[in-house]
Amino acid sequence: MADRDVTTTGAGEQPAPVDRHSQAAEEPDGGAATARRDVIPGIPLPRRAKHRDPDRAGSTWAWLFLLPALILLGAMVVYPIGYTVWRSFYNAAGSAFVGLENYGDLFTDTATFTALKNNAIWVAVAPAVVTAFGLIFAVLTERIRWSSAFKLLIFMPMAISFLAAGVIFRTVYDQDPNRGVLNAAIVSVHDTFIESGEYQGIRPRDTDQLTARGGGFVTADPVPASEPVQIGFVALPPDRVPSDAVQAVPPPDGPGLRGVIWLDFARGGGGKPNQIDPNEVGLPDMSVQAVQDGRTVDSAKTGPDGTFAFPELTSGNYTIRLPSSNFGAAFNGVTWLGPTLVTPAIIGSYVWIWAGFAMVLIGAGLAAIPRDALEAARVDGATEWQVFRRVTMPLLAPVLAVVLVTLVINVLKIFDLVYIIAPGSTQPNANVLALQMYLASFGGGNNQGLGSAIAVALFLLVVPAMLFNIRRFRQEKR
Amino acid sequence: MKRTARLLPAVFALALVAAACGGDDDEGGGAASPSAANLQGQTIEVAAVWTGAERDNFTKVLDEFSKQTGAKVTYTPTGDNVSTFIGSKIEGGAPPDVAVLPQQGVLVQLVGDGSLKPVPDDVKQAVSENFAQVWGDLASVDGQLYGVYFKAANKSTMWYDVAALENAGVQVPVETWDDYMTAAQTVSDSGVTPVAIGGSDGWTLTDWFENVYLSQAGPEKYDQLSKHEIPWTDESVVTALETLAKLWGNNDLIAGGAKGALQTDFPTSVTDVFAENPKAAMVYEGDFVAGVISSETKAKVGTDANFFPFPKAGDSPAVVGGGDVAVALTDKPASFELLKFLASKDAGEIWAAAGGFTSPNKNVDSSVYPDDVSRAIGEALVAAGDNFRFDMSDLAPAAFGGTVGKGEWKILQDFLGDTSDPQATAAALEKEAAKAFD
Repeated sequence: MADRDVTTTGAGEQPAPVDRHSQAAEEPDGGAATARRDVIPGIPLPRRAKHRDPDRAGSTWAWLFLLPALILLGAMVVYPIGYTVWRSFYNAAGSAFVGLENYGDLFTDTATFTALKNNAIWVAVAPAVVTAFGLIFAVLTERIRWSSAFKLLIFMPMAISFLAAGVIFRTVYDQDPNRGVLNAAIVSVHDTFIESGEYQGIRPRDTDQLTARGGGFVTADPVPASEPVQIGFVALPPDRVPSDAVQAVPPPDGPGLRGVIWLDFARGGGGKPNQIDPNEVGLPDMSVQAVQDGRTVDSAKTGPDGTFAFPELTSGNYTIRLPSSNFGAAFNGVTWLGPTLVTPAIIGSYVWIWAGFAMVLIGAGLAAIPRDALEAARVDGATEWQVFRRVTMPLLAPVLAVVLVTLVINVLKIFDLVYIIAPGSTQPNANVLALQMYLASFGGGNNQGLGSAIAVALFLLVVPAMLFNIRRFRQEKR
Repeated sequence: MKRTARLLPAVFALALVAAACGGDDDEGGGAASPSAANLQGQTIEVAAVWTGAERDNFTKVLDEFSKQTGAKVTYTPTGDNVSTFIGSKIEGGAPPDVAVLPQQGVLVQLVGDGSLKPVPDDVKQAVSENFAQVWGDLASVDGQLYGVYFKAANKSTMWYDVAALENAGVQVPVETWDDYMTAAQTVSDSGVTPVAIGGSDGWTLTDWFENVYLSQAGPEKYDQLSKHEIPWTDESVVTALETLAKLWGNNDLIAGGAKGALQTDFPTSVTDVFAENPKAAMVYEGDFVAGVISSETKAKVGTDANFFPFPKAGDSPAVVGGGDVAVALTDKPASFELLKFLASKDAGEIWAAAGGFTSPNKNVDSSVYPDDVSRAIGEALVAAGDNFRFDMSDLAPAAFGGTVGKGEWKILQDFLGDTSDPQATAAALEKEAAKAFD
């Protein structure tokens, strides 16, 4: 009712078109309206000078205006906060008062404590890194010609929802180089410099005969030159069997140390271990070294049937070495989302999203810096770096502080990226408070007491940052 | 036809009123003595989770019921959360007459609330004639039968790439766990990684454990462990973990090694085996793998991809799985008549022939299944007889058996990452179980 009276009065006294409905509404309560009229003259009307007469009636009206907002705030902010605090003193079922036990659990429950720790890492690292990147981008784009295009590009991730960004980065960080672009890059760089051998990943059939050493294999015992050697390997994928490989044969008689290296596996089964069977092929082009007293005395390569020979070595005992160049080391990239790297990886995606935000704010701050201050410094002979360090930075400090604090608040609440990017197996390692709050309350834990305690803790952590920001705004107003 | 159409809303309204008044009253104008052939003019509402093709196939079953009895059946999909749906319907005084529940926990909960009607003797008889005893037990609370298990899932299926196993010369089916280890080694020797594990999803690992445990420790122990009547530190648990460790602890046998497996989710573990550039030869999960293969890869189930029953780690043939149980929420004759029909061989065969369905009904003629793979899945389920058990982690409180990053899921993931200490893993499981079960 009160609201409507006010609108009516306002509309009536203004030359603006009169609303039919409000006029009609005014008629029936004529008496009541007049009774209230004596209050009305005190209302500051639009376009009249404000604050001229801040009497008590005015403040009553002000409160009336505020009422709807206050009710909404009360119902949707104050009440939930109060209820959360109250709930945090009760047990999982909400039936028994447990005092501060839930708050004790914050530090004793390992999952929650990990979340607390990770939140600390987030707050320490993410805002600083984002601000640093924002500063670098802002300073650099100020000077370049295509700055708008560049800024647009950096700012673009802000337009993507966190959920979508999370899905994107889940794929970016995928372990499999065929899916994860980051590992694809790393693996291709790795493979450019370190070639993987033709027989990468295969292993000896008889591990007593051959032992792994330095990425390759050596015979466990030296072999006499008079005795032919047979070395069987397994686990060569069918599609990587060399096309020139033919049926393996026992080494032919002849002078010197001889042997055969073959794939001790017959396709389709039926082969016996440590024995050359039909359908078992030699492993061609494998380099073989004969070692005596730690010194390589001769080397050879296997033929298409897997045989090799050292005709010169007719006597003595030799260790046969298959150097690592044959095998290479299989490199599968980095496990980005494994237990150790998962938090840094998610922080990386956060930086990608928010760097643009920091850049735009800092860029605005930069634009507001008086040019003459910079000019004066340059005229006085300061180098660009000195101008940046001694003039730009101090003038920019308030903006940087606001960006940093805003990001701190934002980072404390981080939830979606962690929830989406971390795979189930490492989610506990990547846990943060907001996520733990959800998991404890609804995600199977069903302990809303603990969840509420986490929420309160989170709230308390955000409060200082908020107070700082509010104080800043006040100072700026003055 | 027109008359019935006009009458229907009235009957329906009557039913609502009757239900709202407590459901004790007799039907206002219903048939005096309903028999299988005469439920003319009665309407019942059936609620189930099924949508899409499953709904169409279930409707075929309901149509047959209508044809036989004359009762009209309306179908209401419940959405994903059946217990919430039914709870709000009961709260509103208008429960569906028959509901199909996908979780046993919901059945127990609804019996506890007094919302379910115990079935009459003729339904009991139909159940005992058509099902192994375990199915009756699973649908009973305190010895009283409340429902009919109509649809089942078989989670004891080891899927394999036919070409890879042929190339390695491995003979299928692989019957025992020891043979399975030998087969895995042979496949590995052939140059193909034998097993893909979707370890990033914890539930796949609990399913591995349950299959090993059920056949090794036997159904009695399995039941006790499900209810946490024996602790997880029991020797049988440690033995099962040691058995699993033979596979999980050998990086040569797992695609990407244990570390890689922990980064692989379930759908990827399937595509790792059946996509263009396979990374592994076998993957274990339930019968729904067939669906993933068909939708995500070009492999054809039955020719390129096939399965054998999960190798036995112990003596007993064992099948772990799940099932959908039909229950009556009103005691209308038509409700019970429908349960009796769902327990019949006919009802099972209608959907079985349409595909995408496994019937726990032992009298369902397996020749009606549309293909060899679904037939084999159904036969394996029925062959397990009383050794069928529900997925244990589904029966446990969610905090232990159903939460990402917690309880059994997380501990088994840790175990996959490091299999060196089964004792410690069992102790960790017990600690979490004790917390969740009390």
